[in-house]
Amino acid sequence: MTLSKIWVLAEASDGKVATTTLEILTKVRELATTVEAIYAGGDADAIAAQLGEYGASKVYTTGDLAGALPGVPVANAIAALVEGGNAPDAIVAATSYVGRDIAGRLSAKLDRTVITNNVDLEVDGDKLVTTEPVFGGSTNVKTTFTAAGPHLVLVRPKSFAPESAGGAAAAVETIAVPDSGKSGGAVITNRHVEEREGPSLDEAAIVVSGGRGLGEAASYVMVEDLAKLLAAAPGASRAIVDAGWVPYSYQVGQTGKVVKPTVYIAAGISGATQHMVGMKGSKNIIAINKDAEAPIFSVSDLGIVGDVHKILPQLIEALKAR
Amino acid sequence: MNVVVCVKQIPDPADPGALDPTTKTLKRDGKLILDESDSYGVEMALQLVTAAGGGEVTLVSMAPNGEVSGLRTALAMGAAKAILVSDDALAGTDALGTAKVLAKAIARVEGADLVLTATESSDGYTGTVPEQIAGLLDLPSVTFAKQIEINGSTLKVQRQTEDGFDDVECPMPALVSVTAGVVEPRYPSFKGIMAAKSKPVDTLTVADLGLDGQVGWAGAGQQIVAIEEAPARESGEVIEDDGTAFEKIVAFLDNLKVL
Repeated sequence: MTLSKIWVLAEASDGKVATTTLEILTKVRELATTVEAIYAGGDADAIAAQLGEYGASKVYTTGDLAGALPGVPVANAIAALVEGGNAPDAIVAATSYVGRDIAGRLSAKLDRTVITNNVDLEVDGDKLVTTEPVFGGSTNVKTTFTAAGPHLVLVRPKSFAPESAGGAAAAVETIAVPDSGKSGGAVITNRHVEEREGPSLDEAAIVVSGGRGLGEAASYVMVEDLAKLLAAAPGASRAIVDAGWVPYSYQVGQTGKVVKPTVYIAAGISGATQHMVGMKGSKNIIAINKDAEAPIFSVSDLGIVGDVHKILPQLIEALKAR
Repeated sequence: MNVVVCVKQIPDPADPGALDPTTKTLKRDGKLILDESDSYGVEMALQLVTAAGGGEVTLVSMAPNGEVSGLRTALAMGAAKAILVSDDALAGTDALGTAKVLAKAIARVEGADLVLTATESSDGYTGTVPEQIAGLLDLPSVTFAKQIEINGSTLKVQRQTEDGFDDVECPMPALVSVTAGVVEPRYPSFKGIMAAKSKPVDTLTVADLGLDGQVGWAGAGQQIVAIEEAPARESGEVIEDDGTAFEKIVAFLDNLKVL
């Protein structure tokens, strides 16, 4: 059985569709006869070809939001479409800043529950069934919806491999954005892009992350040096992000980025469930931790029980010498 | 400047517990503590009230069994009072139901200029409750704030984004979710701990909020159909560093042809 229609909340930057959107499109086109995208931005024409290639027959666009934070106006625009009789069986978005804001607002607006943090979707009969990992990924919980649709679902990045379906460009249809009144009052006045050297956490083939075992903020430089030598992205556990050693954008885990690199090196990270969810899918994991009982060793391919302050400098010197 | 902070009392993350085999929800029968993620919102609220030169911080929480230990921690930090919604009828409540309860409780606080939440709880981490509350209360909102300043009746917020941060302006009253690490949560002083014992905690039921039948199992729009063990990741060799373990790492990376 398949559903008749699913909407995917599309995200894009610089005229390129986000990888997470392509992942979701790839999955949901197996689950529904019709897949359509919703997009908030002034450049829907530029991304229509790519959305179509991955399975969306149409893209509804709100147009440029003139700096408004998208949660309220986009949720209101989607709700107007749904209330106008054009309701899909499900609306799927990525667990992203934008996705969570819009899904949360839409949930309140439509009085529909939203199931979050999913890593898989399937259809059982006429029902969507979602899979969410809990306890650091050791257990999967499958959930279905009991009330009327449209059913709201958030999917974690990197849950599916994006594959082109070779579809024709999506038709672009502009939709009305109802006046949001005072609730739509949040406006972006300036954007700041933090320059990061080297590859991004999402795309790097190697990720080197540091944790509390580094002892102090100054020691994080070892993680950065090692990352540079390996053309890797530096990452971090929540503990040292909370401690203010590195920005939130470095965080790998349930509340940060999900990474699946070829090699993940965890330096001084014990492996709290919150961290494991974000990196357990890596192809190879190297862990260095002084506590032999640390949970990180239960998922590592190579585990070193030892002091990061000794091993990282040795490793850096050895790599420099090559 | 009156600030409401939503706080969650959760099982100690060091002992994350288990799923109840019958109800398929997280067991919350042990002692609960203040979610560390919420301590940042409490600290931020206290700092904003101090900067404004007046006002108070009110806590709002939903927890089973009249649990107040996490609330006492936040009261000891300096919050003035708390509203606790505790009712057996709340078992099984989903994220939207939780937002309905918290929104009704927040609406009881008179003259609130700002509602603060964490971006997500450390145990359920749906991350949708802040926007759901804002939607139900028809408030403007800014999520993922890493810094908040007040300028008259306008909030100036630095909001975390994928590749940096945005400056966002938002009229008050409003709801803001704050990321962990925005401020350094204070440790309660001995005086604070003693004072917290006598600070008012108003305990309410679902009926008090007029939400009968809309929350708990009855109101949840979702149902768990299966709980499965995820395939375990095989672990490999674990060695003790004898001074040459770095060579093992180099060899491992060499073998993968990533150097």
